Amino acid sequence: MKYGYFPGCSLERNAAAYDKSARAVAEPLGMEFVEVEDWNCCGATEYISLNLLASYALSARNLAQAVRTDGLGELVAPCSACYLNLTKCDKSMRESPSLAAKVNEALAAGGLSYKPGSMRVRHLLDVIVNDIGFEALRAKVTRPLTGLKVAPFYGCFVARPGYVQFDDTEFPVTLDRLLQALGAEVVDFPLKAQCCGGHMTQISEGMGLEMIRRLVKTADDRGADLIVTICPMCQLNLDAFQGAMNRHFGLNLHVPVLYFTQMMGLAFGLDQAALGIGSELVSSRAALAAIGATPEGEAGGPPKRVKKDDKALPMPAPLMRA
Amino acid sequence: MTSATAEASHPVTVEKKFMQQVMVNTPGETHLEMCIQCGSCGGSCPSAAEMDHTPRSLIALIRAGNFEEVLSSNTPWYCVSCYYCTVRCPQEIHITDVMYTLKRMAVHAGIKDPCAAPDFSKTFVSWVENYGRAFELGLMSMFRLRHDPLGVLRITDMAVGMVSKGRMDLAPKSIKGLKSLKAIIARAKALEVVA
Repeated sequence: MKYGYFPGCSLERNAAAYDKSARAVAEPLGMEFVEVEDWNCCGATEYISLNLLASYALSARNLAQAVRTDGLGELVAPCSACYLNLTKCDKSMRESPSLAAKVNEALAAGGLSYKPGSMRVRHLLDVIVNDIGFEALRAKVTRPLTGLKVAPFYGCFVARPGYVQFDDTEFPVTLDRLLQALGAEVVDFPLKAQCCGGHMTQISEGMGLEMIRRLVKTADDRGADLIVTICPMCQLNLDAFQGAMNRHFGLNLHVPVLYFTQMMGLAFGLDQAALGIGSELVSSRAALAAIGATPEGEAGGPPKRVKKDDKALPMPAPLMRA
Repeated sequence: MTSATAEASHPVTVEKKFMQQVMVNTPGETHLEMCIQCGSCGGSCPSAAEMDHTPRSLIALIRAGNFEEVLSSNTPWYCVSCYYCTVRCPQEIHITDVMYTLKRMAVHAGIKDPCAAPDFSKTFVSWVENYGRAFELGLMSMFRLRHDPLGVLRITDMAVGMVSKGRMDLAPKSIKGLKSLKAIIARAKALEVVA
């Protein structure tokens, strides 16, 4: 199956592991991704806070570029924020012809146009769960994640606001079932559709870190070895800010946060390097070693480096592995 | 806003006018007049504790026409846009979109920033408008240096970790069609009318 692919700014760099692992698992599942040519930023939650029409024009340019790239009619976005903005733009344009006319008037300044409804935007989780299906996933598993306890974390944009609804807004289950199909044990994680805090670590640090604390602490309390996410913003907050959160609250939590595509790749027996595993700041090495999954070229067993004290500054990763 | 002040002797008109303005500026059907003040929004809000008005009380203030209090409130800026209030509202009010509208109206009216959030949005947008893509390192360092210079120290380990793991660009990237994007944005801004 062929899809248009919208990586978004995060997947280009901070969430390169998500991009890498999404592309790596696409092949064995028979999916082909055609990247949208010269896409631009979706505007996140910032552009619409300042300019309504310009923020829609920004997303509409992406939709127009997607139609121009291949005209496949189906566009996959792995990032929840890009997914939300693209679906919101298409839905608002479909519902309001006057808005659609204004957006197209803006697009015309750049020699583009977009007919509302001509691109069906979908989240990567939706495509894998509903187009590929759990049975086909199970058939590809060569190294089941048996014994690994995972907390599925959906965040807010995919569960809500339901511009494209494929799961429940309050209690989504698709990711739970996907992880079970890979052989993992899914812990009951009541905060699974809560917000990660988005940009709050920058705007009101204490509040941002508190939102992160609730999620990481609850996952830890429920016995999760890992948090599995479907969004680069959630991964960034829960992983990169986990150290700052620990310092702020005097905690010593260590819950690695991986993307669901990385879990799929592990279960399919793919190389950890090909899945971008190891680029997380809270190392998943010990958690994965427990199920016998180690980076290539290394024998199984305990992790080589064990952090003595989480309060110490995390050191840069060694540039070369011995 | 000046016209609203001039009409202060007709409070009913002022009240209605402000609520209408908010609704006109919000895409879709937003039935602010249907709010039953149940508080499901505030009860669902993960950041309500930091807000000077809960979403419910902000809607009451909108309906009372208290535009100064509403537009200078930090509530819309502390909205994390998680849409819990929107999907839980028994009256189907698009509360998250109303928050976005209030932010735009506050910026348009030149209200003094009630917190650092407006500047964060402006800094983010400036990278997008000049390059077509977001630039995290530039955004975080510029914003932090302006608002919380010592806070840079608290995130240094994080930034070092991100750079060493290859997760942060050191320079912004530009899209090829930047000229056309800039023309689109300029036209959109010219067409934008904030009531």
